Amino acid sequence: MAEPTFVITGGTVIDATGDRRADVLVYDGFIREVAAGLDVPLGATVLDADGCVVAPGLVDLHTHLREPGREEAETVETGTRAAALGGYTAVVAMPNTEPPLDTAAAVRQVLELGRSASAEVAVAGAITVGRSGERLAPMAELADLGVRLFTDDGAGVQSAGLMRKAFEYARGIGVTLAQHCEDGSLACDGAMHEGAWSSRLGLPGTPAAAEEVMVARDITLSRLSGAPVHFLHLSTAASIDLVRRAKADGLAVTAEAAPHHFTLTDAETAGYDPVFKVNPPLRPQSDVDAVRAGLADGTIDAIATDHAPHTPETKDLPFDQAPPGMLGLETALALAITQLELPLARVLALLSWQPAAIAGLAEDHGGPIVAGAVANLCVIDPTETWTVDATALASRSRNTPYAGRTLTGRARHTVLRGTPTVFEYEAQR
Amino acid sequence: MKHLLAVDDLGRDGIVEVLQLADSFVEVAQRANPKVPALRGRTVATLFFEDSTRTRVSFETAAKRLSADVLSFAAGSSSVKKGESLRDTVETIEAMGIDAVIVRHSSSGAPFQVANWVTNSSVINAGDGWHEHPTQALLDLYTVRQVVGDESMECFDGLQVAIVGDIRHSRVARSQVAAYSALGAEVTLVAPATLLPPSLEGWPIAGTSHDFDDVLAKAAVVSLLRVQAERGSAGFVPSLREYTAGYGLTQRRAALLRPEAIVLHPGPMVRGVEIASEVADLASAHMTRQVSNGVAIRMAVLFLLLGQGSIAGIRGGRAHEDHPVMDHEDLGHVQVDHEDMGHERVVHEDMGHEPEGQKNAEPSDMHYEEIDG
Repeated sequence: MAEPTFVITGGTVIDATGDRRADVLVYDGFIREVAAGLDVPLGATVLDADGCVVAPGLVDLHTHLREPGREEAETVETGTRAAALGGYTAVVAMPNTEPPLDTAAAVRQVLELGRSASAEVAVAGAITVGRSGERLAPMAELADLGVRLFTDDGAGVQSAGLMRKAFEYARGIGVTLAQHCEDGSLACDGAMHEGAWSSRLGLPGTPAAAEEVMVARDITLSRLSGAPVHFLHLSTAASIDLVRRAKADGLAVTAEAAPHHFTLTDAETAGYDPVFKVNPPLRPQSDVDAVRAGLADGTIDAIATDHAPHTPETKDLPFDQAPPGMLGLETALALAITQLELPLARVLALLSWQPAAIAGLAEDHGGPIVAGAVANLCVIDPTETWTVDATALASRSRNTPYAGRTLTGRARHTVLRGTPTVFEYEAQR
Repeated sequence: MKHLLAVDDLGRDGIVEVLQLADSFVEVAQRANPKVPALRGRTVATLFFEDSTRTRVSFETAAKRLSADVLSFAAGSSSVKKGESLRDTVETIEAMGIDAVIVRHSSSGAPFQVANWVTNSSVINAGDGWHEHPTQALLDLYTVRQVVGDESMECFDGLQVAIVGDIRHSRVARSQVAAYSALGAEVTLVAPATLLPPSLEGWPIAGTSHDFDDVLAKAAVVSLLRVQAERGSAGFVPSLREYTAGYGLTQRRAALLRPEAIVLHPGPMVRGVEIASEVADLASAHMTRQVSNGVAIRMAVLFLLLGQGSIAGIRGGRAHEDHPVMDHEDLGHVQVDHEDMGHERVVHEDMGHEPEGQKNAEPSDMHYEEIDG
């Protein structure tokens, strides 16, 4: 059955090729025509985009969908609904589920659940069996299922020797390794950034160096093996400097940063509210400024949410016992638009086409809005002002650090393969 | 002030108020019947998620001496073991109709969360993780002032205080730094670098030192901290032997102390590590005081948070015209609750009390004059 016909009217189209006033005709899952003043065919639906930006759908490199194993916190269904409301048409599901995504069966299960979801679900496979950092997961078998990114996210691969082997093996099968950079012996049981605040609050801290030594190590190993590396959620000034220099040296290095790392500092921890506990932790202002500078100058390629749902009963614990992680999918776009002071086209590059390329999703996501392309789109009202109501989020969990904040900018419509998943700010699935 | 979560909640004026209130309660403690009805009808719960019999008993004694009902809740023998969350536990306890909850927890900040969850109760921090232990610091200050024999607070002005040991993992040290500095003392932290907090940015201290001998020569107060082997502090130094060599109050170092120097230790002491056995008596003299002052300080804190009266109401008869709520009766006529006290009698008038040598029972009004003096 043909997907419905509709026209996105009155908006400004922005993609990697530039911006122009144009309407977009979508039919049967594809973009059919892009031009100003299109006639609306009989029976077609109008998606009003007056005053709005029509962009390729956003792509999140870093989503914890929690399924299988922690469905009480999030499912593929609820997580992708949150994604669609945030303007996303694709998410990369992280493998730290229970069981972890280190077997073909587990990966197939998530991909299967993703078929009826509100966003395309790509899977990041685990680098090591059980994410335990001891031996390589069946990466080639998972790559055959379409897995393009591998990571033990939640932990970094601690052994340099094993990581070297992983890089070499990954190069052989043409996939990218993504590292959660955290040296366990330096991080110890850190519950927040180690510094003035942790010292005052009497909380064990994770030093910035725990991240930086692994960034430095993996740049060296990437150079040695000739394999690309993607750095997840970079959060410190020195990490970003290391990446900046590696890129200048021509290495195949990419990096992402999370919205909370360019909007919140470790001072938020002062009230011991575990909603502000996240890993990597919130850092001081100087690091926040470095993340923003890295996003502005191209050192950081993508904004990735690290959307990490936790139920109240698991999150509402004493700070040092609470699990790290915060929601991100429904707030990332507004924070990027208003907090980064970058042109909207740059923000969209960071949220859409650059992460799509890193995830290996560029064929269907993030591409130029032209006739013949798969219709994965979002219509953004950059002036829409809204207040974050944790209880009204589509996520199954409530752990947003932005509850009660008034934000500006929101996805008005989201279109997945030619079908609206969000229409006038309302989820359709 | 609703809660006492950290020393900074009190500020300088609050600390002074607590110390002055404690003066009155120290006097009360010396009576044969050391009980006042200031918190009659109020209920105080101790909620200890970490064993600390001394602190718990001190708080409970303080509450009982103020005639509050005490509800004692030890996490080890409770529903927490059955998986109940801290939040549910707190909400359950509060539903029993309590006025204050005294929280000890191994996690820094847990009392802050409790304070967010309670609706009416006051929350008192009885020690949280590495963060704070406000009443311990207050009783240390009280002890120093008592030993110096200063009625005013001037003794703290410029007082040279050395805090020695595992400051990184010490809630006592964080509260001490805040409390001493608020009253104008100059605090020096003495520890190997690994046992100092990673950052001292914003700490109101005179400085840090790795040379204990040098600091000893000028210190008026030497406050030792226990090397907390069970919290892993031993792993931060090559060996306890090396720690003792650098930072133990050995016999040799004790000889460097100024004659009037006060040695304090929050207890329990580990003899032979942070303090030589032969020197421990220096500290243990004050430790006894610290323990009894601890009850008075905790009475003062409870009274400050829950009491209806004022310092003047407790301290003197003159005040009762100005502060009718806290009248003579509050200190004089004590109704002993036999459940609390374990003896079955009801005393309608305070039958005295007293420091040794004073044998006569006195009418209650007389106490005011005494206390006031």
